[in-house]
Amino acid sequence: MELVKAFLVGGLICVVGQILIDKTKLMSGRILVLFVCLGCILGGLGIYDAIEQFGGAGATVPLTGFGYNLAKGVMEEVDTIGFLGIFTGGMKAAAGGITAAVVFAFLTALICNPKEK
Amino acid sequence: MEETTQAKQAYDKMVKEASPDSPIVLNCIKAFVSGGIICVIGQLLRNYVERFSLGEDNTALLVSILLILASAILTGTGIYGKLGKYCGAGTIVPITGFANSVVSPAIEFKKEGLVFGMAAKMFLIAGPVIVYGTLTSMLVGIVYYFIG
Repeated sequence: MELVKAFLVGGLICVVGQILIDKTKLMSGRILVLFVCLGCILGGLGIYDAIEQFGGAGATVPLTGFGYNLAKGVMEEVDTIGFLGIFTGGMKAAAGGITAAVVFAFLTALICNPKEK
Repeated sequence: MEETTQAKQAYDKMVKEASPDSPIVLNCIKAFVSGGIICVIGQLLRNYVERFSLGEDNTALLVSILLILASAILTGTGIYGKLGKYCGAGTIVPITGFANSVVSPAIEFKKEGLVFGMAAKMFLIAGPVIVYGTLTSMLVGIVYYFIG
């Protein structure tokens, strides 16, 4: 059942992205920026918690989940260390994902060469 | 002046007729199915990782790392690019799309050098994402600190 929920929620979030691409001619980079900010704001408002409760990985795998993570991180950090948490919370929450992306990108780029398009 | 406006309108009309309407419904179905499948894979990974009882946050982190790794491999072998042409937003919006946006330019610009080619271009899309993500998270933090 949770697989079905993940499929539905994740699929729907991607459909929102697809509609934005088709209707507004936004480039994919802008979509990613928009989704992270959106996820972060919805996380701050406590709305994304409910989506995550229902959708599981369907809510955390799309980039809105990355934004939600930033919001969650900054709020937890403010709870534990106070004002300075505003500066450290978001980045701390994002650290794992960014490091993984950088390291794997570096290794892949060393090994692989550009493909013919 | 009027003539150019008319010519422009005629041209716009020609362009409109010549460019086919993007089949938005079909694109949405493709995005829905492909994005959904990636999320199901994420859920399966999460269910598997949960066995190691790392705690909720670490479980989510490990799942993200595994998806990023998978995306890097698929991007390096050129498979993700081919999928992307077919799936549209379904492969852009998930975290695998973010990873693809880091790995793909890193490979592409390797020939321009390891510092200003590969390393700099890695953040072509990820950079703005991190910048605006950080700004938004600060905003959330400030609001939460003073109101929450």
